[in-house]
Amino acid sequence: MHPILAQLRRLMLYLLGWIPLAGMLTYLLAVPGGLSWLEATTVAFVLCLLYAFVCLAAWYPCQATPLERSTLSRFLFTHVAGALVASGLWLFAARILGRMLSGLDDFHGIDRQLSQDYPLLFATGILLYLLAVGFHYVLLALEASREAEARMMQASVLAREAELRALKAQVNPHFLFNSLNSISALTTSDAAKAREMCILLGDFLRRTLGLGEKAAIPLEEEMSLIHAFIAVEKIRYGARLQMEETIDKEALDAQVPPLLLQPLVENAVGHGIANLIEGGWIRLKAECRDGELSIVVENLFDPEAPPRRRSGVGLANVRQRLEARYGNRAKFATSVDGPCFRVAISLPVEIKERVS
Amino acid sequence: MTPGASKRIRTLIVDDEDLARQVLREFLSAHLEIEIVAECANGFEAVKCAAELEPDLLFLDIQMPKLDGFEVLELIGANRAVVFVTAYDTFAIRAFEVHAVDYLLKPISAERFDAALARAKERLSGKLSSAPLPAMELAASARPPAQYLDRIPVRDGTSVFIIPVAKLDYAEAQDDYVALASGGKKHLKQQTISSLEAVLDPSRFLRIHRSYIVNLERVVKIEPFGKDTHVAVLSGGTQLPVSRAGHARLRAFLDR
Repeated sequence: MHPILAQLRRLMLYLLGWIPLAGMLTYLLAVPGGLSWLEATTVAFVLCLLYAFVCLAAWYPCQATPLERSTLSRFLFTHVAGALVASGLWLFAARILGRMLSGLDDFHGIDRQLSQDYPLLFATGILLYLLAVGFHYVLLALEASREAEARMMQASVLAREAELRALKAQVNPHFLFNSLNSISALTTSDAAKAREMCILLGDFLRRTLGLGEKAAIPLEEEMSLIHAFIAVEKIRYGARLQMEETIDKEALDAQVPPLLLQPLVENAVGHGIANLIEGGWIRLKAECRDGELSIVVENLFDPEAPPRRRSGVGLANVRQRLEARYGNRAKFATSVDGPCFRVAISLPVEIKERVS
Repeated sequence: MTPGASKRIRTLIVDDEDLARQVLREFLSAHLEIEIVAECANGFEAVKCAAELEPDLLFLDIQMPKLDGFEVLELIGANRAVVFVTAYDTFAIRAFEVHAVDYLLKPISAERFDAALARAKERLSGKLSSAPLPAMELAASARPPAQYLDRIPVRDGTSVFIIPVAKLDYAEAQDDYVALASGGKKHLKQQTISSLEAVLDPSRFLRIHRSYIVNLERVVKIEPFGKDTHVAVLSGGTQLPVSRAGHARLRAFLDR
């Protein structure tokens, strides 16, 4: 489809562009051409309106003769031939117009006078057509660059989505290895507890796998995933790990990206509690205020703990996911307050009606 | 006491998780020649127990509160058999660099555990050389520069100090030791100054003399001293000798 004919607004703009050309043609026909101003104006505007559409046809030879992949001879031949045909047509139209107008009182004898201007018209027609050719090549180039941009955009969106899917699906393998080691210990000392831990671990994994597919879940569902995670870790860490929650009833229904908070809690355990000999607490607070869901995860930590691997990877993932999904409508901040590490995030409240 | 009890292998278990220690205890209980002298739940305890009880063999977790397994090993000296036990496979090369007998991955199988124990016994009886393998030496020299030290653990008897490298003013070689000066105090550590130089970030620390490494942030000025040499004056007023080569290096840094 022709890009200009595709939209009425573009066509109007294009025709508007022809008004100065029609003005110049009026001058040519009136001053060197010898027509009266009324005659010249009428003929020029009608012919230009007509020729505006004829020149749109240049799109097709331009498309068939791309600048970077055509030989010079082919290029010249195509467009010169096009110009001759278009201008010839124009001349023919001028002749018919002249005949038609000469029947009117005000335009008596115009056909004869106009026929003397044929060379002028023909030359103008050729120039206007070539101008249209240039214009269409610019259009083609613009379109190509826009397409390339769109393709690039799409590629980067796809890449980011893939990355996010990968981030989401990630369960820290060391959590699994350590949990399995705990189960291995329990099998001889406390078989019932070993079984309980297998079930808890299975529960956690099943939830993780299920949630990875969804775009958003109510906070309540994310919390039950976190409870499953903490239940497993509690068997490993025992009394060292304490979890406290303060969550608004309203906040429980708010939608959050799945597995957004679990890495924060995992981080609090791995980089906080795991480094404390006596252990410590993790506090999770969530509330809705002024259309914002604000979530704070705090934990005690040892500022002098040995450096750990993977440090900050989990946090960076959460930040990236928030950014990708909410842009600047979400906030992510970490802070250290004495022996307490805090991650605060806020995102727009989205509540999905429950299907009852 | 059973005959030969004196030959039992004194063993220390170090892991911050009770259940992880339980597995090791259970596996070790099948071996009568093993005597578990203590179990420790963090790095500080481990250093203390190792100093007091002098175990022959350690089963050592890597990620623990206070000190990690490598720091513990560094502080208790390498002349004991150490088996690392961890859920992480990424530390294996480093473990063999520090001459670990073996590297067990959690969850641990009994067979793999017994193999590690057999290797440990060979090492203790002197059959297995504790010399580093050439491949491991290569791995050590290929260590990426991103792994400069953040902190230096120092032991004094059974207690441990941690010196963050940002608080290290300078280090001075003293025979087989280095004296680490930090905040007006000096801590002795059994290490050569060259090996310390190798693990400090060269953009922050500079060897200015055969016997001195200085924290560049502390250097206030350089003054001539005698005919050919200079001294570096630190922010606390301490003056350190600067060799001729050290002076060239220091100038290059300060002029940058």
